[in-house]
Amino acid sequence: APTQLRSWHFSKMEIVYVYTKKRSEFGRQCNFSDRPAELHVDILPDISLAANFTVRDPCNVTVQCAEEMSEHEVNTERFESESRGINHVEGGWPKDLNPEDMEVTIRYRKKVEKDEHYQNTIMQIAGLMEHCCKQNNATDIYQEFFEEEDDEVVEESEEQPSAKTINVFRDPNEVKRTATSLCWHPDGNHKLAVAYSSLEFQRAPNDMSFDSYIWDIENPNKPEMTLKPVSPLVCLEYNPKDSHILVGGSYNGQIAYWDTRKGSQPAEMSTIEHSHRDPVYKVIWLQSKTGTDIFSASTDGQVLWWDIRKMSEPFERLVLDPSKKGNLDNALGAVSLEFETTMPTKFMVGTEQGLVVSCNRKAKTPAEKIVCTYSGHHGPIYALQRNPFFPKNFLTVADWTARIWSEDIKESSIMWTKYHMAHLLDGCWSPVRPSVFFTVKMDGTLDVWDILFKQNDPTLSLKVCDEALCSIRVQDNGRFLGCGSQLGTTTLLEVSAGLCTLQKNEKAMVSEMFERETKREKILEARHREMRLKERSRSEQSREDEGKEADGEESTEELVARAEREFFDIMEAEKKKEWNEERQREKEKGVCEEKDFQEEHETNGVSSFTRREISL
Amino acid sequence: MAEVEETIKRIQSQKGVQGIIIVNAEGIPIKSTLDNSSTVQYAGNVHQLLLKARGMVRDIDPQNDLTFLRVRSKKNEIMIAPDKDYFLIVIQNPTE
Repeated sequence: APTQLRSWHFSKMEIVYVYTKKRSEFGRQCNFSDRPAELHVDILPDISLAANFTVRDPCNVTVQCAEEMSEHEVNTERFESESRGINHVEGGWPKDLNPEDMEVTIRYRKKVEKDEHYQNTIMQIAGLMEHCCKQNNATDIYQEFFEEEDDEVVEESEEQPSAKTINVFRDPNEVKRTATSLCWHPDGNHKLAVAYSSLEFQRAPNDMSFDSYIWDIENPNKPEMTLKPVSPLVCLEYNPKDSHILVGGSYNGQIAYWDTRKGSQPAEMSTIEHSHRDPVYKVIWLQSKTGTDIFSASTDGQVLWWDIRKMSEPFERLVLDPSKKGNLDNALGAVSLEFETTMPTKFMVGTEQGLVVSCNRKAKTPAEKIVCTYSGHHGPIYALQRNPFFPKNFLTVADWTARIWSEDIKESSIMWTKYHMAHLLDGCWSPVRPSVFFTVKMDGTLDVWDILFKQNDPTLSLKVCDEALCSIRVQDNGRFLGCGSQLGTTTLLEVSAGLCTLQKNEKAMVSEMFERETKREKILEARHREMRLKERSRSEQSREDEGKEADGEESTEELVARAEREFFDIMEAEKKKEWNEERQREKEKGVCEEKDFQEEHETNGVSSFTRREISL
Repeated sequence: MAEVEETIKRIQSQKGVQGIIIVNAEGIPIKSTLDNSSTVQYAGNVHQLLLKARGMVRDIDPQNDLTFLRVRSKKNEIMIAPDKDYFLIVIQNPTE
């Protein structure tokens, strides 16, 4: 039968297609054939349905050329945090242990200590620890090497000490005088006052000028100011408090003072009757409220105190009599003075006789004013100055040496230079370095000494001029110094930076050096005293034995006679000793070698003579 | 046990050593030559420092481990020798 076609029914919207096939054709191979397209269903639009819809106009469509990402939000469970400190009271003890209970804790600890594992562990880490402890003790790994060494210091220490001449100021007069004293202007150091005089007794020519000059260091051609005293000035000092005032000590013993604002003539002079009888070698300004006090020293044996406002007479007087009796005939001539403003009650005087006298201004009686003396020099003490850093130690320049002393040791200086070939005529400490001092000699050389560097020789020795250098003064900065010569030539020198810069540890080292030398001298002094005491007791003993007078002061003749007698006694004793010794020697020889008798007879006249006597 | 005592005494006798403390992992001071309050203070603070230090060393290189810790201060040096279960603290004043 042919296949049946059913027609479509719209109302059911059910589309059914029935296909029948004969049973006998099941399983038969497919026999495909082409057929033109057949329209099976055609559903036409139903306009009435459109009423259920509206037209959207316009339509918004977003377009983006970007990565597509999605955002998510998550809400977690709340977590509460709080800041707290812990007061660590006790370690993590086991729960069952009460930390307060001492016994229990001790027992616990002991238990741990017995544990083998504990012991092994501790042994191991303790070994490591010990190593580190020892390491710490062996070296300080944070040690600073070369501390405080800037490049500057290294450079300077390599520099050779040197000094160069900056300017030379010559005496403008025809007849040259010696520049006996120099003084720097207290403010700014631009001016130098030089005192000129001739110290050769009665050898000053008649037409010699009496003038002294103040030089401006920039202008060596002409002095800035002239000072006209009635007698040549031997010493000259600026008032440290008032730089217009200068005081000068003159050759005839008078003191005069100038005010540079008022001209070349002295503002006032001391009266001749009350002045010194000899040239005034040194005058120094004192520390006083009025700033007008000075004191002066001269070879006439006196030290006088003046107030420059009243120059008619000195307000105090000291006679340098070592026997403390104020006897002018016994007095020592003063050639230098020393005064430190930090020690206003003390002062020192250097004498012609080579003694340094230490004095106390505030003593009640004149006898007590002279406290003690220091001996050691052979000639006049031309310079006397305390070390600006160590005032207990002072420098003296005299004869052929310069010596450093300690106040406590009176018998000898603690350090001294060797004996030079020329006299030393002046010297001073450097104001900036405790170990440096300067000296000038008669042969015109300037020596710069640095006792930390070298003690036997000067660190620097310069020939400044051919004639003797008689005075030297260093500026407060320690860098510039002026030295005056016998022919009135004042030379201004500048020293190298190394000599005027304080080195590190310098003060400590210099202090150590002074202490060491002082100690050495103290020991020597004590030893000498012991020996002297022994000598004295021994000689006293022998004197008593001989029955001489106990307190007999033998006169000089007796002493000489005794000395002669003793001398001859000693000679006799020596001769006898020699004689006996020779006899002894001959005796021995004679016994062994009588054959040599003849030979010896020729060679040794005396002994053979003696021998003949014996043999006979 | 005597060896441990001896070793500790030896360390104590080294120049500059001010104190020795042995602490266990829980922070309990087992042995100390200082007073209790200082001991406890040291023990607690050092423990934390050790943890941090060890952590740092292992963080940088996991194969590495902390062997010794030295804390140098103005007044002295605190040396810590750590171990798994105990650590040893020594306070020393290094030579000038």
